[in-house]
Amino acid sequence: MQDRRKFIHTFVRGGLLTGVTLLGGFLVLRDKDGEFCGLDGHCSKCDKSSTCSLSPAAHFRQSVWQLDPSKCIQCGRCATECVMTLSAVKCTHVYAMCGYCDLCGGYLKPDIKTISTAAENQLCPTNAIRRKYIEEPFFEYEIDEALCIGCGKCVKGCSAFGNGSLQLQVRHDRCVNCNECSIARNCPSEAFSRVPASSPYLLNGIDQDSTKKI
Amino acid sequence: MKKTLTLLILICLNLFFSWNAFSIQRFPKPEFESGYTQPDTLMPSARAEILAYMDVAVLILALSFISWLVLKKRSRKGVFWTSMFSLIYFGFYREGCVCSIGAIQNVSLALFDSSYTLPVTALAFFAIPLIFTLFVGRTFCAGICPFGAMQDLVAFKPMSIGVRLNAILGLLPYLYLALSILYAATGTDFIICRYDPFVGIFRMNASFGMFVFAGGLLISGIFIARPYCRFLCPYGVLLNWFSRYSRRHMTITPAHCIQCRLCEGSCPYDAIEIPVTETKNHDNTKQRLKRLIMMSFIIPLLMVVGGYTGYLLHETLAGVHSKVRLANQVINTEVSPLKAETFEIQAYKSSGKTQAQVLKEAGIVLSKFKKGSIILGGFIGLLFGLLIAGKLLKRHNPDYIPHKGRCFSCARCIDYCPVKAEN
Ligand code: SF4
Ligand code: SF4
Ligand code: SF4
Ligand code: SF4
Ligand code: SF4
Repeated sequence: MQDRRKFIHTFVRGGLLTGVTLLGGFLVLRDKDGEFCGLDGHCSKCDKSSTCSLSPAAHFRQSVWQLDPSKCIQCGRCATECVMTLSAVKCTHVYAMCGYCDLCGGYLKPDIKTISTAAENQLCPTNAIRRKYIEEPFFEYEIDEALCIGCGKCVKGCSAFGNGSLQLQVRHDRCVNCNECSIARNCPSEAFSRVPASSPYLLNGIDQDSTKKI
Repeated sequence: MKKTLTLLILICLNLFFSWNAFSIQRFPKPEFESGYTQPDTLMPSARAEILAYMDVAVLILALSFISWLVLKKRSRKGVFWTSMFSLIYFGFYREGCVCSIGAIQNVSLALFDSSYTLPVTALAFFAIPLIFTLFVGRTFCAGICPFGAMQDLVAFKPMSIGVRLNAILGLLPYLYLALSILYAATGTDFIICRYDPFVGIFRMNASFGMFVFAGGLLISGIFIARPYCRFLCPYGVLLNWFSRYSRRHMTITPAHCIQCRLCEGSCPYDAIEIPVTETKNHDNTKQRLKRLIMMSFIIPLLMVVGGYTGYLLHETLAGVHSKVRLANQVINTEVSPLKAETFEIQAYKSSGKTQAQVLKEAGIVLSKFKKGSIILGGFIGLLFGLLIAGKLLKRHNPDYIPHKGRCFSCARCIDYCPVKAEN
């Protein structure tokens, strides 16, 4: 009786152990050749040909969440749906694309009568955009990240009237990298995806590798 | 003024040609004369990969250490301090993420969606505690899981809630596990993470509702020790079954039980099994056979009931998937086009997808849910059946022993046993 129980236990234990090992092995070694790699074309390690030349191990790097600015419709949920009370999504300025306009579509409300930097003329609800005079007729616009709530109002203005150099991005010094991003679940345009932690930004108009990271 | 006017004209012209197109170089890049250098766009990098592997190393070391503490040293004190370490490291430092409980979802998603890249760390956090449990029991729960540590800390006045209530509430984790696998595998949602009560405490940042949930759990946890572990934790289901077949397990007594009953009420989790004497459990072969036949009818019946319930519920369950939601909204706008446009509809319109495409995608999701709900329903039926069978075929058990499935190996009961170890 005791012996039989013992035998059954050993047997089941062996079964469970094999099960876990096989599951793990299968998931690690699964051959992904030729399959869509799931990185939504933003994997920096290949040119997204129809067949993937990476070793399976390469797919197992850590991933983080990022939004694709070209899909984003600036619905405003990035400001409200993040698990962090001050959203980890902020406006990011791609200076390389900016026209340095005086009449900035991201900085000023579209219906104002005269250009003035009075607070009521500014699009940003928290006055997070700082405008600095450079030289005639150019102005630099800088985002004060501590103030930005990621509402995307400026982004909407800039992509409608300007060059689209203001773009929403998950800032990885603030993002806690949730297992499932709560904005991703609520984003109407499916702009969020998991991207490799080694190249965690999806900015338009920027060469990922040549830009300085801090 | 002139400058403004030109700009305005420029804007109007540009708008005319490229209305609402994204990232169009409407205005040329300026050529600065004052020697202005363009600032870099700062992109703070994500957490270094090496740190993620360090988490795995810490997990393995901590698990080995606590298993040694429980099984060899039999030290409650040691277990307590290890759990404090885990609470600080996996809880407050790592902010409760990556966690073994949540990793169930990563593994499920990876199994059913080959385009998802499963982080190795998630796999490690899923598999390593299970493997340890298979050899030494649930030492992971004793003091590595930050959830367990947190609840253990507040269990000041634990009281027994009785066998029956324990058994009934103990079924909840099975449902939670099934639901979370279903939602993860269909790529709908990670509900374990979404309704994780403690992560908000670790991050010191959560919605009001989650704070209330966490507060409620912790306050009830003063009297009903470890409510999340016992009546919700989906990973606990797996650990429970793995632990039942563990090679070794902590024992209350270091040598032989003398039936002094000192440990009887010592377990805050009602995990100590009282001896089942011969008279109470007088089993003859005929009775056993009868029960076996009964179970062979009940288990398939439960499986069918479970599967059918799953079938009945699958549409409701699928309703939260974004694709199904979108399809419903698209149909609704068709019916009543005057309603205000939702962001989803806006995004759908600008994405250039056709209605047929949206409906087809929703259909695929629905059929996945149908299959998944039926299978999981049946599986829950099977497990419930096995649990009943386990109750009916109660084994002969002369001593006070921890229930191998439910015991968290917290080592509290050890201190109650007056027997000294034989050398
Ligand atoms: S939720 Fe999506 S669409 Fe809305 S602002 Fe964020 S990324 Fe853009
Ligand atoms: S408008 Fe919104 S997104 Fe833009 S800087 Fe201000 S707070 Fe940030
Ligand atoms: S992963 Fe979490 S912290 Fe990061 S943006 Fe999404 S919800 Fe916010
Ligand atoms: S039962 Fe679940 S929550 Fe509790 S300690 Fe174990 S793994 Fe953690
Ligand atoms: S070690 Fe003892 S006190 Fe702790 S859970 Fe197990 S039976 Fe209960």
